[in-house]
Amino acid sequence: MPRHPFHDVAIVGAYHTRQAKVLEGVRELDVVLDAVRGALASANLRPADVDGVNVRSSVWRLNPREAAAWFGGRPLWTGVSLGIEGVIEAALAIATGQCETVVMADAQAGEYTDRESTSPWTRPTNEFVASWGLYTAAEFALIARRHMHLYGTRPESLAEVAATIRNHGARHPDAVFHGRHVTPHDVLASRMVADPYHLLDCAINSEGGAGLVLTTAERAADLGVAPIYLLGGAIERQGMAYVTAPVWDRYGWSGRRAAQRAFAQCGLRPADVDVCEFYDPFSFELIRQLEAFGFCKEGEGGDFVMGGRIEIDGECPLVTNGGLLSFSHPGTAQLLQKVTSSVLQLRGAYPTQLTVPGATVAMTSNGGAGALFCDVMLLGKERA
Amino acid sequence: MSERTGIPLPRPTELSRPHWDGCRDGALRFQRCRDCGAAVFIPQPVCTGCFGSALEWETSSGRGTVYSYTVVHRPQRPVFAVPYVVVIAELEEGWHMLSNLVDCDPDDVAVGMPIEVTFRKMSDEITLPYFRPAH
Repeated sequence: MPRHPFHDVAIVGAYHTRQAKVLEGVRELDVVLDAVRGALASANLRPADVDGVNVRSSVWRLNPREAAAWFGGRPLWTGVSLGIEGVIEAALAIATGQCETVVMADAQAGEYTDRESTSPWTRPTNEFVASWGLYTAAEFALIARRHMHLYGTRPESLAEVAATIRNHGARHPDAVFHGRHVTPHDVLASRMVADPYHLLDCAINSEGGAGLVLTTAERAADLGVAPIYLLGGAIERQGMAYVTAPVWDRYGWSGRRAAQRAFAQCGLRPADVDVCEFYDPFSFELIRQLEAFGFCKEGEGGDFVMGGRIEIDGECPLVTNGGLLSFSHPGTAQLLQKVTSSVLQLRGAYPTQLTVPGATVAMTSNGGAGALFCDVMLLGKERA
Repeated sequence: MSERTGIPLPRPTELSRPHWDGCRDGALRFQRCRDCGAAVFIPQPVCTGCFGSALEWETSSGRGTVYSYTVVHRPQRPVFAVPYVVVIAELEEGWHMLSNLVDCDPDDVAVGMPIEVTFRKMSDEITLPYFRPAH
């Protein structure tokens, strides 16, 4: 197989700042600075080593060109995209020689203050959506409900997913919901938000940041850290989120083509994935992604997640740090957090009780059918 | 519909004005492609079936079924009285739109149930297309 340009790129730094429901008395700019410094430190690199920047924040609206000035006015490549899309953008810049070492960071603090309403970024203003009282949970509920109708998927399966992921977070000392174990029964008994989603089926709201450092595979070998290699990645967009009806027949398999492309880039298949750090805004979305990405057949995701299969010691460990349901869900940093989480798991940087023994390949994702996009990435301890 | 006063109302655009003008006149309008026959909604500058420009406005029967739904118990903002039912309506002409189901007990909603459009005037400019069970 011809060498894919991604395979010349490695992730050498990954870092999560402190996460909290509210980061009291903390400036967002200090959170993003912490993310930059922490990611560079975990790569054994200094700011002077950086020649590419994608550093941003949610509330202050720090943009990467502003952040470039922090590095002393040297000419720098800057990226513009978020999360997995931003990692792909940075990897392509490195692979095509536009820069050698990119630091990415994103953070959010001080935004969600109106507790009477859902978070501001979940409320669509589009003319065909705004009058119906929709928000993210309702959009994703419309996708879940159709799947339940077509395939008989049960609320118990959704609750199993939510409880399993939340219990991973409960065992992670850095998770916002550390110590908060729940049973599937607790999920089903929690108050209804947007049927079929109960409160505990839904992502939490919290604050914090994440940072990542990418460089050439060649340079990565000299840093004295364990590089995590980019094996594959693809983005998939089907229109703007939250402007049109999330119709299952049209958007239900969002991410399937991206997954197929990412697997083809490295010759792997779902059975080769040791850990699934999938995007987890709502419980059903994990069932959908397992089907769309080919881990199980269409309509069988509800049964697939039962019986311990998605736990740390199961055959398909899912969202091993508690993800958006328990670890943290800050602004747009949560998109990047999916990649940092995968890297930290493969590096063996997780607490022992959450480390997947012998894991060498991780798959991660951003987005879901309710938002009309689904991007994926494959990462590995061994170079492809 | 006093419980709906104060909800956000659409701001029609050059592209969407025929749809909203139709609602004001009691007609539920969508776009139809003269070339490939595709029904298109939300309004687009180009046919999403064939990328052609032969789109024209057509009036729907306003009848269809519930394609999917969610009963919302936690409002987006307090101005939306709970519980309320969000539906994806599948219209007879083969297109879909988001709306609310009204005049229906939330416990009685089901995928596939027959529904029909019902218009509620919100302002001089804006009339919203809701759906209700069809009899």
